[in-house]
Amino acid sequence: MNIAVSSFDEKKDALLDKRFGRCNYFQIYNEAKEQIKAVKNEGQISGSGAGVSAAQQIIDEKIDVVITGNLGPNAFKILQRANIKAYKCGEVSVEEALSMLNKGELEQIEVAGKAHHGMNV
Amino acid sequence: MNIAVLSGKGGTGKTTVSTNISLALNANYIDCDVEEPNGFLFLQPSIDRTDGVSVEYPHIDEEKCISCGECVKNCNFNALVNVKNEIMVFDKLCHSCGACEIVCKSGAIKYKLREIGKIEEGKRSHIKCTRGILNIGEPMAVPIIKKILNNIETDVNIIDCPPGTSCNVVNSLKYADMAVLVTEPTEFGLHDLKMAVELVRMFDIPFGIVINKDNVENNLVRNYCENEEIDVIGRIPYSKDIARIYSRGNMLYDDLKYKNVFDEIAQSIKGVFSWN
Repeated sequence: MNIAVSSFDEKKDALLDKRFGRCNYFQIYNEAKEQIKAVKNEGQISGSGAGVSAAQQIIDEKIDVVITGNLGPNAFKILQRANIKAYKCGEVSVEEALSMLNKGELEQIEVAGKAHHGMNV
Repeated sequence: MNIAVLSGKGGTGKTTVSTNISLALNANYIDCDVEEPNGFLFLQPSIDRTDGVSVEYPHIDEEKCISCGECVKNCNFNALVNVKNEIMVFDKLCHSCGACEIVCKSGAIKYKLREIGKIEEGKRSHIKCTRGILNIGEPMAVPIIKKILNNIETDVNIIDCPPGTSCNVVNSLKYADMAVLVTEPTEFGLHDLKMAVELVRMFDIPFGIVINKDNVENNLVRNYCENEEIDVIGRIPYSKDIARIYSRGNMLYDDLKYKNVFDEIAQSIKGVFSWN
């Protein structure tokens, strides 16, 4: 299983970024290999549709679970259609977020958040 | 001859200046502030024609689509997503550029039309009035602005621009032969005016400034115009009486006290015509 966490940077001790489409990096944890890698969020610089672009990247990276703060309406719809689960988390370290998911402490995102929530933050 | 009225900052008096100058110059009035067109509140034209404005968006034939993702790769606006075995379309992000249809090897993409707003035309006595209206929730105003300005009369037109220096303003300016920048003597007014001046200078057209809510003092806008060698072609005094007339939706030009304010601006504009 692949788990993607939206984060501020690529470092090991990076914090989770509550923005999905406008986060800087996705830290991807591969459960089978117990390895983590960081990929740049290509959608971040989009004039519009950053969430859409980020969601496409998540699909292409073969992600099964996303941990982030909020999903806008478009990104929410795409992940739902692609059967990718999304969980809500606060601004903790990526490591902490992964362990919270493991312990079942994160709630699943069932509704889309506001559009453009990650703009100008 | 198309005269664009813009400001940078919102609420500085673009519509006040445009509508009253239309009367002073006997010019057609065109409201390109399609997100909130308010010129008709003052001019009150009788509307005799309404046209819808539609944009194209891709429709994907699922029978033919093989989910290769070429269309997604070539979309510059993130309007398409490849979800494993289908392509999702976000029509509000689409800019109708046509790239997805060109790159689709399966011939699975056709375009459908979606109405995003309308254009209304009418007359106030002998002045032709036109305005665009963008439907609520639609993000893109440019197609409406382009449709209006591609079909304007050949005599004098006053183009009431949207606020700011966005794509909407840039597209309105493309059709202008000269510009009138309306500003107010405040820090915010000046800050946004500077951006508007920068934009107008890129178009290399003659322009002048009208100071609204002017307190006559040697204010910061005046100093700026002096330093930048920009003509102040008119001023509207800071007055409760004017605010009252405006708030009732009446035209300042119909009030003898203020008629000459706009006649003077009209004269300056005519001066620019004769120079160019």
